[in-house]
Amino acid sequence: MKKIKIKVNGKVKTVLNNSKLSDLLKNLNIPIKKVAIELNQEIIDKKRTSNIKLKKDDKIEIVHFIGGG
Amino acid sequence: MKKDKLIIAKKKFDSRLIVGTGKYKSMTECANAIKFSGAEIVTVAVRRVNISNKNKPLLMDYIDPKKITYLPNTAGCFTSKDALRTLRLAREIGGWKLVKLEVLGDKTNLFPDMIETLKTTEVLAKEGFRVMVYCNDDPLMSKRLENSGADAIMPLAAPIGSGLGILNKINIQIIRKQTKLPVIIDAGLGQASDATIAMELGCDGVLVNTAIAKAKKPFEMALAFKNAVVAGRQSYNSGRITKTLMGNPSSPTEGII
Repeated sequence: MKKIKIKVNGKVKTVLNNSKLSDLLKNLNIPIKKVAIELNQEIIDKKRTSNIKLKKDDKIEIVHFIGGG
Repeated sequence: MKKDKLIIAKKKFDSRLIVGTGKYKSMTECANAIKFSGAEIVTVAVRRVNISNKNKPLLMDYIDPKKITYLPNTAGCFTSKDALRTLRLAREIGGWKLVKLEVLGDKTNLFPDMIETLKTTEVLAKEGFRVMVYCNDDPLMSKRLENSGADAIMPLAAPIGSGLGILNKINIQIIRKQTKLPVIIDAGLGQASDATIAMELGCDGVLVNTAIAKAKKPFEMALAFKNAVVAGRQSYNSGRITKTLMGNPSSPTEGII
């Protein structure tokens, strides 16, 4: 299968073309309930990550809460 | 004494001290300082998950969002666009609607950019957020924020992290007098007595981060701020005496031998 490059939190990652966003999150060990996810600057419904297929040059941001004032 | 609660966006809180969760040596230290402070609301920042270190501790594992109200902030945002993006993501993490907006205008003094802040407040209020707004100690701007749908006015005492205490008491009093919204002093407090002064000016609460986190003994300082806020509120509610120029003896002048 063809491999593509995407960016996750600013870092380049190589994944299989058309692989699911949910698989990427699983591989990265992301605690879904404690994060929010953006795909190309659009917020993703966390319940629908298995419906989203990754494409070349996709930019994903995964954020959570940290200490701050 | 009747129950004197802090009400923000229709939610009631017993504690009038809000604390930040930044700048602590560890999450354990942060969680303990919160306990000592008695705070029921804590500010949190939205940042990228560290995807290369999967075992990095998570804030939510130390501070239970079911017990303590998380107040997501927009620290580090210099434009309306960035602030909106940050808070929309914050809401997505777990349905948080109560947020703290701060749009900074200058990297050295960290003063807020009030034009961007005002614009952002309007958008957030329309999107259903309950917005607590970090702002200058400017009564006119505070009024405009109120008219734009803010849920709390959070004027700075002094620049963020400066520890200078309240620089403009008169403006803070004017802001308090003219608004129906809660006024929370945000940023610039250095020691517990600064919080007492804020409360004695009639403020509804204070937000403290650096003064506790960077004190030599953060837990003791957290406790000091807790007591200072309570003392200041009690003092304010008790109605202080009028200031006079000359002395007035405390003991009766009749019957002196």
